[in-house]
Amino acid sequence: MASRWRDLQQSIVSSQFWKSIFRVGIPNTNRKRVLAMLGNVVLHLHPVKTRKSGVKMRYTWCAGGVTFFLFLVLTFTGLLLMFYYRPTVEYAFVDILDLREQVPFGIMREVHRWGAHAMVISVWIHMFRVFMTGSYKPPREFNWVIGVILLVLTLLLSFTGYLLPWDQLAIWAITVGSNMASATPLLGIQGPGTSLLKIGDIQLVTSTNDARFGLLGGRFVGAGALLRFYVLHCVGIPLIAAFLMAVHFWRVRKDGGISGPV
Amino acid sequence: MSTAPETLPSSPPDVALDGVTRRSTLKWMVLAWTGFAAATGAGLTATVRFLFPNVLFEPPTRFKAGDPSSYALGVDERWKEKYGIWIVRDTNSIYALVAVCVHLGCTPNWLQAQNKFKCPCHGSGYYVSGINFEGPAPRPLERAQIEVSGEDGQIIVDKAFRYLYERGQWSDPKAFVKMA
Repeated sequence: MASRWRDLQQSIVSSQFWKSIFRVGIPNTNRKRVLAMLGNVVLHLHPVKTRKSGVKMRYTWCAGGVTFFLFLVLTFTGLLLMFYYRPTVEYAFVDILDLREQVPFGIMREVHRWGAHAMVISVWIHMFRVFMTGSYKPPREFNWVIGVILLVLTLLLSFTGYLLPWDQLAIWAITVGSNMASATPLLGIQGPGTSLLKIGDIQLVTSTNDARFGLLGGRFVGAGALLRFYVLHCVGIPLIAAFLMAVHFWRVRKDGGISGPV
Repeated sequence: MSTAPETLPSSPPDVALDGVTRRSTLKWMVLAWTGFAAATGAGLTATVRFLFPNVLFEPPTRFKAGDPSSYALGVDERWKEKYGIWIVRDTNSIYALVAVCVHLGCTPNWLQAQNKFKCPCHGSGYYVSGINFEGPAPRPLERAQIEVSGEDGQIIVDKAFRYLYERGQWSDPKAFVKMA
């Protein structure tokens, strides 16, 4: 019986199917462990070895890990919400109400919303920890810059998602927020230097071609802005953020793993 | 049948390999990179331009606002929903206030009982004239161009032209319509 079990085990482990997935066998030596890490697209983003301090909660607060976990939660719940939500002036608000009142697990939208708040907070905590432990110093300065871009993308995700419920708070918050774009130097209608851009008496930058107009797709927050923010929120920014996250994690590995206490 | 030369040619730039010289390679490289840069530039320009629509499904900035005599003394809200304009008639004139708070761009409410415009976002308050007196608003509301049509005597309002109090433009002839 025992030998038959071993035979079965042997035939599975030596099959082409098994070996195409687990190329190096059981990683019971350092060399095999390294090969296993390098041969796997997900694992190779992470360091082969981790310092003792790198897994110490009191040192890292796991803030970056929490942020990534929340990003995964938001991607998944966001995908589910997309099955019900329609980004049009006619349906957006009632679909949000339906997500709460009619759709099974009405809590799904709340998970997405509170997860989003939590992610913004955890990103700041991560940044604070990296700053306080001096982990932005060489050779990690490049990764600090990637991190700052990811912070901005997180805030932009938060901002674009803000409009989607299409209630009064959303519309006026985005009205106020997007008015900042009209203060862009030279490109915004109220920006410094913009009034100098003219041919004769004709202003080159107007309310229908300035930076705010490009952002909203209209002169005020309307149907065009809702659709634009939806596309940016669900596709555009997450794609860029996912790519930069991959770079971010890979860079941690390349720069010698999680920084240790001095 | 000639034999291969013993030494390399004296001027390397003219070395010919199947007719390809350093000079011709550089020429093609310059051409290729110029073409690539031009194509990339054209693609980027097209992408940016694509985001600025030609046709807007928004109300026009210029609209007819009916006969001057149809306005009673005080603030008229009939155009606020569609065009974001209050038509105000006082004792001897009619003017058009733009219903956009000059603080951060929300739409204020007209409070008849308190005789003032009040913004719900951050509490800016304006008199009937549009002059600010409370809250964070840094300046008075803007007035839109207003005139009486020569054809049918109707009021024409154009939001594209603004008249600002702080620049002394409210006395401009197109900032108000005189009423007897």
